[in-house]
Amino acid sequence: MLPLWSSYLVRVYAWKLLLAKEGVVNWVFAESGLGWMLNALLAIPVIGGPSLSISTLGTFIVFVYIWLPFMILPIQAALERVPQSLIEASADLGARDAATFRRVIFPLALPGIVAGSIFTFSLTLGDYIIPGIIGDSSLFLGQVVFLQQGTAGNVPLAAAFTMVPIAVMAVYLAIAKRMGAFDAL
Amino acid sequence: MRSERRGGASRPLIAGALAGMAFLHVPMLFIFLYAFSSEDQTYLFPPPGLTTKWFGVAWERPDVWQAIRLSLEVATVTTALALVLGTLAALALARTRFFGREAVSLLLVLPIALPGIVTGIALRSAYGLSGIPFGFWTIVVGHATFCIVVVYNNAVARLRRTSPSLVEASMDLGADAFQTLRYVLLPSLGTALLAGGMLAFALSFDEVIVTTFTAGQQTTLPIWMLQELVRPRQRPVTNVVAVVIVALTFIPILAAYYLTRGEEHASGGRL
Repeated sequence: MLPLWSSYLVRVYAWKLLLAKEGVVNWVFAESGLGWMLNALLAIPVIGGPSLSISTLGTFIVFVYIWLPFMILPIQAALERVPQSLIEASADLGARDAATFRRVIFPLALPGIVAGSIFTFSLTLGDYIIPGIIGDSSLFLGQVVFLQQGTAGNVPLAAAFTMVPIAVMAVYLAIAKRMGAFDAL
Repeated sequence: MRSERRGGASRPLIAGALAGMAFLHVPMLFIFLYAFSSEDQTYLFPPPGLTTKWFGVAWERPDVWQAIRLSLEVATVTTALALVLGTLAALALARTRFFGREAVSLLLVLPIALPGIVTGIALRSAYGLSGIPFGFWTIVVGHATFCIVVVYNNAVARLRRTSPSLVEASMDLGADAFQTLRYVLLPSLGTALLAGGMLAFALSFDEVIVTTFTAGQQTTLPIWMLQELVRPRQRPVTNVVAVVIVALTFIPILAAYYLTRGEEHASGGRL
């Protein structure tokens, strides 16, 4: 797991290779005779585009890939803290696996899931590199900040824009704290 | 039912876990494949042929070498700075209670809790307002904000496990504060600091978001990579450099992992 915390750009780059029109994903779909499925996906108005690397769907896939480790680790930690005896008690009382998961494991692991979502949410909110490299021309919030301070040279406006993620994160953290996510960190 | 559960996870669960691991690791493998591809215009798959000539081409490129050099210098200085400041912060916050202690520990962790653009724009405005020209040291300070946290996390975790009686014994035996630090505290912190330092080095070597705000005209290795991604000039060279970056960051992170195995919160990477 640990190596995944590093080489952020290289991992984004790997997806640029994979999602390109002549790249691996397209090849796999074409070879397996499922090319029509991919084309149908890309024809959907909002998420589609000329190819996966120029579509919102592509941006979404790469965001999921890049921040996935930040979600796995807190959930893993939360699951490890669920006492085995409770799971056994649930089974002894006649609950099926699905019921045990829904009514015992899931509520106990919820703080871990919320804790993980803090990272994934905050990181996605502030990222401007992934949508710049993979995705269509619509701007993400982070890109606006970057463009304003860079090419436009308007640092105060860029700083004002960063108030948005700060405010959103403050609200998010307040909710997360209520759900006990901070004890799960 | 119980014996079945003890037997391990169910088949769908194992399949799901394997699919997840494949999703996380397989994309990296394609970078290695593409570094040997003989195709230089597109990302054609499967590659029409395999060649090692791009490693030679990348070797000859002065801009790549300059970027690697600047990144190594920045990472080295940042790590040294983070080691000193992070250890001092850990020593101050681990044992003593003082007014504002919680606030200080929150402020320490804040740079990794906030999105990178917030740290970046804050530093950029601060440099701009105080008239500091962008250069080597502005990058170092930007990286140090989050590298200190990594060292601090490792050092604090270790300090919590070392017994306070060791320090008291040292003092009782007549050692002054510096001797206690030198002969008692630092040896027990040793591997934790080494691990923290290696993670800090890897983080600094890899950081791009804060760097774009604080680097000015300078090009670190991730900035070089970013420029190539936005405007590709010679794709095969980018592939080779990507492989080199993976190799260079992989080693310190793996070493840090083995040094702190079995310690709670020892890694404390970029959150």
